[in-house]
Amino acid sequence: MEFFERFAIPNPSLAIYISMVAIALTMVAIVAGLTYFKKWGYLWREWLTTVDHKRIGIMYLLSALIMLFRGGVDAIMLRAQLAVPDNKLLDPQHYNEVFSTHGVIMVMFMAMPFIFAFMNFVVPLQIGARDVAFPRLNALSFWLFFFGAMLFNISFVIGGSPDAGWTSYFPLAGNEFSPSVGTNYYMLAIQISGIGTLMTGINMITTIFKMRAPGMTLMKMPMFTWATLVTNLIIVTVFPVITVALAMGTFDRLFGTHFFATSNGGMDMLWANLFWVWGHPEVYILILPAFGIYSEIISTFSGRNLYGYKSMVASMVIISALSCMVWAHHFFTMGQGAVANSFFSITTMAIAVPTGVKIFNWLFTLWKGKIRFTVPMLYSVGFIPLFVIGGVTGVMLAMSAADYQYHNTMFLVAHFHNTIIPGVVFAMLAGLTYYWPKMFGFMLNERIGKWSFWLLSIGFCLAFFPMYITGLDGQARRMYTYSEATGYGPLNMLSFIGAGVMAISFALIVYNVYYSIRYSPRNIGADPWDARSLEWATHTPIPEYNFAIEPHVASSQAFWDAKKKGHELFPGKLEKIHMPNNSGVPFIMGAIFFVWGFSMVFSLWIPAILSILAIFACMALRSFERDHGRYISVKEIEETETKLRGVN
Amino acid sequence: MSELFPRKQIMGFVFSLILTAAALTVYFLNMSFAKGMVVLLVTAFVQALLQLVVFMHAGETNDKWVIYGKVAFMMAIALITVFGTLLIFLWDM
Repeated sequence: MEFFERFAIPNPSLAIYISMVAIALTMVAIVAGLTYFKKWGYLWREWLTTVDHKRIGIMYLLSALIMLFRGGVDAIMLRAQLAVPDNKLLDPQHYNEVFSTHGVIMVMFMAMPFIFAFMNFVVPLQIGARDVAFPRLNALSFWLFFFGAMLFNISFVIGGSPDAGWTSYFPLAGNEFSPSVGTNYYMLAIQISGIGTLMTGINMITTIFKMRAPGMTLMKMPMFTWATLVTNLIIVTVFPVITVALAMGTFDRLFGTHFFATSNGGMDMLWANLFWVWGHPEVYILILPAFGIYSEIISTFSGRNLYGYKSMVASMVIISALSCMVWAHHFFTMGQGAVANSFFSITTMAIAVPTGVKIFNWLFTLWKGKIRFTVPMLYSVGFIPLFVIGGVTGVMLAMSAADYQYHNTMFLVAHFHNTIIPGVVFAMLAGLTYYWPKMFGFMLNERIGKWSFWLLSIGFCLAFFPMYITGLDGQARRMYTYSEATGYGPLNMLSFIGAGVMAISFALIVYNVYYSIRYSPRNIGADPWDARSLEWATHTPIPEYNFAIEPHVASSQAFWDAKKKGHELFPGKLEKIHMPNNSGVPFIMGAIFFVWGFSMVFSLWIPAILSILAIFACMALRSFERDHGRYISVKEIEETETKLRGVN
Repeated sequence: MSELFPRKQIMGFVFSLILTAAALTVYFLNMSFAKGMVVLLVTAFVQALLQLVVFMHAGETNDKWVIYGKVAFMMAIALITVFGTLLIFLWDM
């Protein structure tokens, strides 16, 4: 019995017990459903073992959406707690756990898989490739992310959630002040999914450098591919830093080292330093693919090619370099002197310049365009003014002297939500709507989509603009309640209402999916948006080999040229196609990583050691396995092509 | 016969041994901390580049500028990170 006591949650409440029951019931329902409908084999063959970039992209997308709702529920709980003064809805411990979880889930397990969903699904299609460079590594990346996310998600029912904030600053995150296993979960779950992210980075860079269609030089790549390339360069540059920092943190918590301790030569501030050396580039890892998606959408629905292609590319490269030189602006008040702060202030403000170039390029793309206000376009147009507000408050925060006033207040919270929601979330929803027909063969309903856009935008403004004011009035972030005398009450109530409106909007998006599955027409062809780049040149549904004949490219919008200017996109003839084989090893390896992480969290050394050995066994198996892939014959391709062409 | 002899690899191997021996002198010659760190840093970076070029075939394909460009970018970022951290914690704390 003593053995099992460690799995109990340290701060139980009725809501957590209800969640436990709900999780158990959901798992029983999934197992029962799969058994009843005899879908186990289908699930294993078609999804769990797949190495197809399109399916992996869709699995990333589903995971991201589920995590969006998990993080969204956390957000509603936070806003509900703060809605009125002296609220008793959550106690301080739960409030700490909820905001820590909200941050980690939204950044690591919602936004990251969302961008990977689009990278995986879109990039090989945009460059005319048949898959990514290392398909099986890609599957492993996904399963490491997935099991990392699952490990993090079980924390609140087994052992307790992390409660030291999504930044998990030491010494607060050390054993002395965070005795529960929550922070162990933080360290290990992010570690596991971070390793997956690093692999994706290498995979995408190789794919883009090595597998572009003939004729597609670097400066003829579509903008989303460029954004992906730059993003993955940043990933490969900075993710090793968080890997090392997390390993050091894990050592501190589990093995008694003193890297981030305040005694014995340790340095607690070094965690903040290393975290933000990774953490600041991380926000550009999120926003650059979003910029790429906006570029595709704005160009498509303005009926024009993207204005200032070269300056778009240059500004992304400059942003990627600058993003690695600004990290100290996250701790201007930590005690370093004016020289260091001035340096990091200036580099931070400098980032506004290339970002501004991009904003103007989008505006000039719209200029004199034949604009179609579809749902993806609405999100993209809504993004521009809202994101600029976030950018301007960012420049305010970048001034280190003024930051002594702003820091650790709701002003900061408003600022980064103001960049991440209209920047990343809008882009993800725009991309979701834009690529939905390519993924699933029908369009999402436009009318419901427009409702959800307007509700989300209005809800966003209601939820976050009041925080600028309460922040300037001195409301600290991460404070679980406030007295009535502070006067923060009405504005926080307004924020809560805004959060509620956003929740309605997300519910509408779910309803839209349901409605469109039932009523949306299926005969939409391969190019429903009249788009410009290669991903729309193949059939819907996309055959597993993507393109029967390798496309030949002469500009950054090859498909548009083929439609309007008589460019011959597929000049070759059919040949047999080499494709990779499916493999169950990535899924199994991910599951073993989960066991390893769980064992490490609870210091169960024997299963931890055994799972490490099993992980190495999987890698050895891969090294000695002879797997040369398989060929799809010309006859088979012809049959598929004829069948797919019949639909259009 | 001479084209069968892996001249480049043998030279690379010998050179990497020399670099290792040079790094070892830090332990045996009782240097000051500053001198020792300089020797270690220089030999470490040269060693890494040597391995990359000779044994990991960095310069042997058409896209070698991509590999070298990436290495240069990485080194620049690593140096910025190290010196930025020194600025924050040592020179201006």
